[in-house]
Amino acid sequence: MDLVKLYFRSPAAVIGLVLLILVLAMAASADFLYPRDPLALAGRPLIWPFSNPRFLLGTDNSGRDIAAQIFHGARISLLIGGVATVISVMIGITIGALAGYYGSWVDTALMRVTEAFQTLPNFLLLLVLVAVFGSTITTVTVAIGIVSWPASARLTRAEFLSLRNREFVQAGRTLGLKDMRLIFGEILPNALPPVIVYASVVMAIAILLESALAFLKLSDPNVASWGNLIGAGRDVLRVQWYVSAIPGIAILVTVLAVSLVGQGLNDALNPRLKSR
Amino acid sequence: MSPILVLDDVSVKLPAGGDRSHAMEKVSLTLAANEILCVVGESGSGKSMTANAIMRLLPGGVTIDGGQILFEGRDLCGLGEAQMRKVRGAGIAMIFQEPMTALNPLRSIGDQIGEMFELHTELSAAEIKARTLALLEEVRIPDPALAFKAYPHELSGGQRQRAMIAMALALDPKVLIADEPTTALDVTTQAQILELIRDLQRRKGTAVLFITHDFGVVAEIADRVAVMSKGEVVEQGETQAVLGNPQHAYTRQLIAAVPPLKAPPARPLSDEPIMTIGHVSKTYRTGGFLGRGQRITHAVKDVSLVLPKGATLGIVGESGSGKSTLARCLVRLIDPESGEIRLNGIDLASLSREEMRAATRHIQMVFQDPFASLNPRRKAGEAVAQGLVVHGMARPQALARAKELFGLVGLDPAATERYPHEFSGGQRQRIGLARALALEPAVLVADEPVSALDVSVQAQVLKLLAELRQRLGLSIVFITHDLRVAAQVCDLVAVMKSGEVVEAGPIGTVYGEPQHPYTQALLASIPGREFGKGR
Repeated sequence: MDLVKLYFRSPAAVIGLVLLILVLAMAASADFLYPRDPLALAGRPLIWPFSNPRFLLGTDNSGRDIAAQIFHGARISLLIGGVATVISVMIGITIGALAGYYGSWVDTALMRVTEAFQTLPNFLLLLVLVAVFGSTITTVTVAIGIVSWPASARLTRAEFLSLRNREFVQAGRTLGLKDMRLIFGEILPNALPPVIVYASVVMAIAILLESALAFLKLSDPNVASWGNLIGAGRDVLRVQWYVSAIPGIAILVTVLAVSLVGQGLNDALNPRLKSR
Repeated sequence: MSPILVLDDVSVKLPAGGDRSHAMEKVSLTLAANEILCVVGESGSGKSMTANAIMRLLPGGVTIDGGQILFEGRDLCGLGEAQMRKVRGAGIAMIFQEPMTALNPLRSIGDQIGEMFELHTELSAAEIKARTLALLEEVRIPDPALAFKAYPHELSGGQRQRAMIAMALALDPKVLIADEPTTALDVTTQAQILELIRDLQRRKGTAVLFITHDFGVVAEIADRVAVMSKGEVVEQGETQAVLGNPQHAYTRQLIAAVPPLKAPPARPLSDEPIMTIGHVSKTYRTGGFLGRGQRITHAVKDVSLVLPKGATLGIVGESGSGKSTLARCLVRLIDPESGEIRLNGIDLASLSREEMRAATRHIQMVFQDPFASLNPRRKAGEAVAQGLVVHGMARPQALARAKELFGLVGLDPAATERYPHEFSGGQRQRIGLARALALEPAVLVADEPVSALDVSVQAQVLKLLAELRQRLGLSIVFITHDLRVAAQVCDLVAVMKSGEVVEAGPIGTVYGEPQHPYTQALLASIPGREFGKGR
């Protein structure tokens, strides 16, 4: 596989992949290492990290094990990031593909809708959606997906605009292919690489959006997410800063990993850019 | 006369991992003042690399790894970048294939030519302007004062190339390198530019290194010629000697592949028409508001033609003549505004989109660009089978049929599992042909099917097309800008200009006794008319 070889040529991409695998491993081993409910009281509140061997990363202000929350939180963050990204990219691809392929009034209408979404700050829109539909993990995830699709729609549209008049698409049309087949069978596979790369950015944004919601105590309080932990630590930020800092580092590492992998994919998929 | 530019055993190394280790291997050429040396070869022969090596403008990773390039006795390979900059433009100037991309779109022509003087001389602004205008006059641009202020997009292709030549000649260079300077131009414009280069070269005594793939151009302009193949010069000598009596097998093969301008004896044509095109028009409107201030372009204007059963109808014309728009109207990639296209009695122009999708099996198209016309992410066999599947054949049968079709167009049936990038240009064009033939159409519309191919590959594809026509009884509409190619395959020919058919008839008559002045001009502009006529 050329793609794999190209990907591993970049040290940054390899570091990103290692970090991502690390986070995935944390998520996978959470039940095994911390079989108890991470949100259950475990000991004395506000134990500093590395001072008690039972609580390696200490405890938060309610006496819950921070390490357990970090491990279980990795699942939540990756789940929210992954599902929200899929939702967002699906909406984006569909709207972008239809707008780019049909052009004229379809394009105009869909692009005005896209612009409407883009002009609203997406965090504000997210707050509105969560305020209206409540803050269970499902609504939070879907809401994040719904606010973050416009960029992938624009990207897909741009690719479609350049591809739709290529001769191979015209050839498909002269063979009698239907529009949907031309869009999804012929053009989309060629338009996909930049969108896949952009999906990594969406994923990083989704994780950050969930954390920001949780920091405002608007995310689902019944799951052990990193954002919830940061939100809890807000009350004791000036003295026991580690309660917020440890999940902060986890978020930083995950977002960095996802971005590096995305960048690596981008370089591997566009080999011509690499030689510079 | 002592040579002004000498290439002595020059080798240019390519980065590792390519299909060959060297772009140029031990190339030796000499160029004297006041002569035109043509370097001719097919794509990948290393002819453009020769030009780039002389200018030391090689792409990243490509290096000169042997030999000397002596310009006025100085080895250019040993010069530093600063000294090399003084040679470029002032000592050796270059013109490129595509003047639109070689000119900066955001700066006026006068500004860009004047820059040559700013960089290399101490002239004042007024003197620079005077010199620039004189140059534009010298390259015979109509209305030099206007062209001075114009931006590249405001000039025609030929005018842009004239501006490029003016820029190249600004500092009276000793050597002019012209890399396919007329390839992107229409044949009538090409004739004018060739004449201009020849004329300027005579007057100024410049040495010209002219790179081309076209033997017609060689016959037209060259004093001496060097033939390159796979990075090596296989033959060089006086033009007359090389063209008239080629020694090397490769040269002979190349020259034999150039289609002669004379049409083969006429074939008997059927009286029964398979397709009649009646009064087809297509107009483009751009800009304007509510119908006011629109720019209207008549891409196709009231075209009526008849294609007899089993015949090949050539549609020739220059770029912008509407020939490709007409081809796309025939297969309804573009909807004509008015007129009818009757295929076997059915008017294609009046069908709904749904009905047309079903009718596509009777009329198929072959496209120009073998690289763009195949989906890079679909296996070649699937591309060929696709049409059959859409029209109702089961997938396994369609794939089996694709293998048969691969055999029919001269490809290895086992190659159906490969992706398009694993094929060469000529092979891809065969895949495109197989895809079109899969539906067993009554009419094949071929839009410039061989113009992106090298001359030897072109000859093979044309031969294949002629064979298939015979075997399958195909009726073909053949769009081309190349009158030599048209002469080889067409029974009938229609000459288009600005959307209209100016002359149509059997090819022997149209070529032999052209009636319309435009047809006469087109035929007179073909480079190297005499060359190849005798063969």
